[in-house]
Amino acid sequence: MADGIKDKVAILGMGCSRFGERWDCGPEQLMVEAFQECITDAGIDKSEIQAAWFGQCYDEIGTGKGALGLPFALRLPYIPVTRVENFCATGTEAFRGAVYAVASGACDIALAQGVEKLKDTGYGGLPAMDSVNSGSLVGQVMPNISAPGSFAQLASAYRAKFNISYEDLKKAIAMVSVKSHANGAKNPKAHLRKPVTLEQVMASPIIADPLGLFDCCGVSDGSACAIVTTPEIAKSLGKTDLVTVKALQLAVSNGQEQGYKDWDGSYFATTRQAAKRAYQEAGIQNPREEISMFEVHDCFSITEFVTYEDLFISPEGGATKDVMDGFFNADGKIPCQIDGGLKCFGHPIGASGLRMLYEMYLQLLGKAGNRQLSNANIGLTHNLGGFPFSNVNAISIVGRYK
Amino acid sequence: MVGITSYGGYIPRLRLNRGAIYGANAWMAPGLIGSAGGEKSMANWDEDSLTMAVEASRDCIAGFDKIKIDATYFSSLNMPFQDRQNGGILATALNLKEDIETADFTGSTRAGLSAVIAGINAVKTGDYRNSLVAAGDRRITKMAYSHELWAGDGAASLLIGRENVIAEFKGAYTITDDFIDHFRGQGEKFDYNWEERWIKDEGIGKLVPKAIQGVLKKTGVDGKEISRFIMPCVFGRVPSEIAAGFGITADKVSDNMHKVCGDTGSAHPIVMLALALETASPGDKLLVATFGQGAVAMLFEVTDKIKNLSPRHGISGCLADKKAELNYIKFLSHRGMLQQDWMMRAEGNYKTALTTLYRSRKMILGMVGGKCKKCSTAQFPKSEMCVNPECGEIGTQEDCEFSDLPGTIKTYTSDLLTYTLDPPAHYGMITFENEGRGMFDFTDYEAGKIRVGLPVKMVFRIRNFDKPRGFIQYYWKAKPVISKEEV
Repeated sequence: MADGIKDKVAILGMGCSRFGERWDCGPEQLMVEAFQECITDAGIDKSEIQAAWFGQCYDEIGTGKGALGLPFALRLPYIPVTRVENFCATGTEAFRGAVYAVASGACDIALAQGVEKLKDTGYGGLPAMDSVNSGSLVGQVMPNISAPGSFAQLASAYRAKFNISYEDLKKAIAMVSVKSHANGAKNPKAHLRKPVTLEQVMASPIIADPLGLFDCCGVSDGSACAIVTTPEIAKSLGKTDLVTVKALQLAVSNGQEQGYKDWDGSYFATTRQAAKRAYQEAGIQNPREEISMFEVHDCFSITEFVTYEDLFISPEGGATKDVMDGFFNADGKIPCQIDGGLKCFGHPIGASGLRMLYEMYLQLLGKAGNRQLSNANIGLTHNLGGFPFSNVNAISIVGRYK
Repeated sequence: MVGITSYGGYIPRLRLNRGAIYGANAWMAPGLIGSAGGEKSMANWDEDSLTMAVEASRDCIAGFDKIKIDATYFSSLNMPFQDRQNGGILATALNLKEDIETADFTGSTRAGLSAVIAGINAVKTGDYRNSLVAAGDRRITKMAYSHELWAGDGAASLLIGRENVIAEFKGAYTITDDFIDHFRGQGEKFDYNWEERWIKDEGIGKLVPKAIQGVLKKTGVDGKEISRFIMPCVFGRVPSEIAAGFGITADKVSDNMHKVCGDTGSAHPIVMLALALETASPGDKLLVATFGQGAVAMLFEVTDKIKNLSPRHGISGCLADKKAELNYIKFLSHRGMLQQDWMMRAEGNYKTALTTLYRSRKMILGMVGGKCKKCSTAQFPKSEMCVNPECGEIGTQEDCEFSDLPGTIKTYTSDLLTYTLDPPAHYGMITFENEGRGMFDFTDYEAGKIRVGLPVKMVFRIRNFDKPRGFIQYYWKAKPVISKEEV
């Protein structure tokens, strides 16, 4: 009987590039920037890495198909490298690959690195869905959706379910962005570093109703990475303050939300499943009391908003109250997006899941500078890919090793 | 007895005020003022001759047994495909059976009635129980040309059969004469027209009466017995003048619909006939005539059975469901007549994998989903394993038609980021009466009036144009049903 991943794998080192419109950098420079920080932090030599997992979502841009991008950039010495892609949850998938490899005993030290070079498309937002999968059925029947348009629909269903006015929900999700901007302003690696007011967010031009420009996360270039090993090896390498993986869970849609009568469109069925399993794996009974901080996949403010409930931190229908109470602010009970989140740190797809872990790692080790939280013991990351009606949902929980 | 057993009509919801055309072009073509009154029907960007004909046919065959339709004839002057049978797409969209004869009729404004004659003859032979005739035209003309004002977009459909005939076919008479009032050469986008006076006097004025005389003689009917004279003609007074020559008084002459929609090409005689049938009474004799490389005249006599036909949405239903459009630029844009900067998101590649389309043709073109034989769960698309998590049986799904099911909006948005020819794009999740559901684009919506719970009707529309290859992707979209009060 499997007993889960808890405390079997430790993070030896992490690195993250500055996120943003990195016009002067290709994926190669971004990966090297993150990797240098990571390998220095880990205190090992590159030759000690025995396997690597490389996350990159869009092969139309960036380094193309296959795993070559990573070993070419880092000159990895003919080691096994696997490219993974799982929509916007790609970064966590790379991490999961490396963690499972170490936990299985297949290797001692593994690298997980994600990168995305989005600002080579020539336009704002994520690459258009048009030419993707022209041979697949999806290409002939998928509605003409954009990312903001697909997530905006959560708002229509949430309003209908809880009988909330357009204005009240618009204001609550605006507060989500105000909070993330306040946090991002303190993060030197963040893409967007200006605080914004509620009025500014509310007045921003509509992208996909009710989401305005300030309800949408930054579309950024960047890379993040982690080197993982067992707690024993970490200790043998002289590490004393260890951060270990407490849970790694993934839940993936199977067509039920968009094809069967149950789902009401206002929440993520996958998040609820993955969260339940992750809490069980980590031994968490009451997340609202036990989680110290979390990073959620705030691609859009409404996504973060409903995720509070899907992670069982806010009660169902209770996200508005928590948001308005400042429960998730930097000085609130459970700070969310303390690094600015996707909203302000930015969202280079393949790197994002690892970027979330990077912030949790820094906080747990007390290395988060002027945004350091007190009592950071357990951190959760929620990394989502796809659309509300069909998606990939990755949750990880990390914490101090006792 | 062979004749019409049902009819249906479709006029697109958008109506362009002709003043908008005149206002934009008066500087160079002040003479347009003569035809600038009223409004013309205007296909939405995602409508063409075929999609309109599909909608008219759905209206026509509602409540009839599709299995008994043995032939389908489609007529248009603007076929979406030159080589790929358009009638075959129509039959697939309607989910008609596989062993059906289909054919396209084109190349003359007479083609619509030629298709009707073919449909009647098919039933007369006894080989076919029923034939479905559909005609649709989305007409493309040059800017600032009188035909731009005259032409409208629309479609109509007739079901021909032997049982429960509502209008008995009495006879037809055709004249074929290569009188070239206009032509469109291979690969040309626009018609080339000759002088109107010559067309009126030497063409229409001589050939149509010949056909009328022919059919009256053949059926032994006197012109004075005609209850309704149906003759499309962009020259408004001509039909009355021709009718008068046969003793048919002006009050019997159908309006050419210039004021409300314009001339819908090869579909127009059927559009006008479908409209006339809406108010026809048993015993009425309907004479339909049209011009085009000759002329054709047909005579029908309405029967008692017309009272039993359940009401159709029909041409008048469509005419009432309208949205006034004053933007001439939008009209031109919807017809691909402009070169705008749609920005980089519009540069996409919309190639259709024909293998994929063929495998999923029932789903994509016919909106056929599945229903599990074991647990009765309806689902779209039809799949190998049942979507019901309590069931999950393999290979248990039977075909289940979704296109005619009433739907409701479950989630939606109005999207300004994604590329569409009519921004903002609206789309969302639709739940159907049978508890099936799916994500669909919306069309013909009233911006700002979309809400969760709003009823929708599914409609067959263009999804994308693959311009480099000349292919058109069709699929189904949700059309919100908004009451007059809500608008």
